[in-house]
Amino acid sequence: MPKGLKSQDFVISLKDIRNQFGYQILHDHLDLDIKKGEVLGIVGGSGTGKSVLMRTIVGLNQKTAGTIKILGQDVDQISQVELASLRQRMGVLFQDGALFSSLTVSQNIEAVINEHTKLPAQFVREVAALKIALAGLPVEAGSKYPSELSGGMRKRAGIARALALDPDILFLDEPTAGLDPIGAAQFDSLIAKLQDTLGLTVIMITHDLDSLHAICNRIGVLLDKKIKVGTITELTKETDPWIKEYFGGPRGRAATRSHD
Amino acid sequence: MTSPEIKFSSDNTTLTCSLSGSWTTQELAGVIAQTPNKNKSGYKEQIFDLTAVEVMDTAGALYFLQYQDDVETSGQKTSLKNAPKHVRQILDTVEKHRIKECPPETTLKGVKKLLADTGESFFKIMAQGRELVSFLGLVLNAFGKQLINPKCIRWTPLIAQMEQIGIHALPIVGLISFLIGVVLAFQGAGQLERFGAQIFTINLVAVGVLREMGILLTAIIVAGRSGSAFTAQLGTMKVNEEIDAMRTIGLDPIDVLVLPRIFGLILVLPLLTFYADIMGLLGGAAMTMITLDLSLFQYIRYLQDAASLGDFFVGMIKAPIFAFIIALIGCHEGLQVSRSAESVGRQTTRSVVEAIFFVIVLDALLSILFSVMGI
Repeated sequence: MPKGLKSQDFVISLKDIRNQFGYQILHDHLDLDIKKGEVLGIVGGSGTGKSVLMRTIVGLNQKTAGTIKILGQDVDQISQVELASLRQRMGVLFQDGALFSSLTVSQNIEAVINEHTKLPAQFVREVAALKIALAGLPVEAGSKYPSELSGGMRKRAGIARALALDPDILFLDEPTAGLDPIGAAQFDSLIAKLQDTLGLTVIMITHDLDSLHAICNRIGVLLDKKIKVGTITELTKETDPWIKEYFGGPRGRAATRSHD
Repeated sequence: MTSPEIKFSSDNTTLTCSLSGSWTTQELAGVIAQTPNKNKSGYKEQIFDLTAVEVMDTAGALYFLQYQDDVETSGQKTSLKNAPKHVRQILDTVEKHRIKECPPETTLKGVKKLLADTGESFFKIMAQGRELVSFLGLVLNAFGKQLINPKCIRWTPLIAQMEQIGIHALPIVGLISFLIGVVLAFQGAGQLERFGAQIFTINLVAVGVLREMGILLTAIIVAGRSGSAFTAQLGTMKVNEEIDAMRTIGLDPIDVLVLPRIFGLILVLPLLTFYADIMGLLGGAAMTMITLDLSLFQYIRYLQDAASLGDFFVGMIKAPIFAFIIALIGCHEGLQVSRSAESVGRQTTRSVVEAIFFVIVLDALLSILFSVMGI
């Protein structure tokens, strides 16, 4: 296995995570282990802290308590330099791409690579073109500014930038939100393809039941400040009313039927 | 993690290139610097041994494939040996997606770029001017309608704007005008002392503040404070689609948003100017009392001789004109915001710069006009 990992190792493991804002406790004693190469979907009602959980793992939100291990390293125990290089191994796609609006798509990717390497400019441009193609965008998209792209293309461009440094772990925040069903299905298959060919571990927050069925190996449900993880089949057997309603409601049943 | 390397071993016709280490984006710079060009030609066949490659990511794969291409274009055969599964997989993926000819950058350079930029900004400025004039037409049209039918005037936003533009600006306008009075008196006294004409400091303060400084500084402060606020408020509403929503409900944004701001400013700026004049004269008084050793009553008596009512009105007449320009530009730039947060900032800056520019240019023109007319 690459980069000195054993296959049974967890890529990310959270233990006893607590997130508290003022008097409001979002997560308490939350444990989560993410396996290498899996696609984990995270669901939960609004206000249950899906985004906060993702931001906590990526390091954008300071947790109140608990330990986070990423690729075997405890983020609180390692130095700033090690943390910085650990961060390079994670890519994040924000909801609307969060591309730098003053740069073209290609420059958005080149900027990331140039910041961390000393590669020749021409080669960096070619790498950027490769990432753009990997994300399923046409070549011409590289010279466009984010404001000139449609929502779906911006998301693809966002993925291309997230992949700039070939991360091991890819975080996606509602990747199919705001896309039409055809675009959403194409995006699902893009994620599945990238996950397969680049050997990524993907963690995605989503409300799209079709995505959950189509590409997620396991699903984590945020409930009562904790997370309950399992495959869809396992979760449908749960007795919790929210989970029952989520997978057994009209939309949940429709999605199950179409993927059976 | 070990750095990537290519080792070469050759017999007469074939060159074996053994790749090792981790071929990742971060480590790749080393191998690019090392790889000498001479190994790319001169053999019949080159064999790439990939046994020892630990990791290969897309950038590494791309570099390897390009290297292989170079070797092949120089007329040598290539073959891969012992590629581990994960390496083969990434090579396949990259091979499928890479673009052989990277599109060249189509940016102009040097004089051409300068000319192109000049032309572009010229047309942009012309287009802006045209838009501003058509916006002026819209506003005057809506204004005319409200004059014919005064019931349409929206009093609540008008009063709210007047409070926001006027009352809340009193401290800053007052302080700055007072200080300008102080500075004029101080500098004036220093220079006029040489002629023994210190008492004319009061003339300097009176004419300077009443004709120019009072109105000009107030207009500049208001452009920075309220003109920018107009642009930011309308721009944010534009980004949120609030202005589109208004149109669908049947409200005219010009009536509801623009006219109250323009009228508010036209009504308030003269008042602010009057206040600024008084504060400026007081500042002058404070300084002359110290440097010339006058009492307040003496200062006021000299002031009556020094300044005429004409000086006061020359300043005041400019206020509504400047107010109209500042509000018009502020609202216009606000409505020019496109649907991105970034453009709110850009338009706000532009609104302040344009408003101050026009205010000062117009002030200069009016000064010339008044002096030709002998006022």
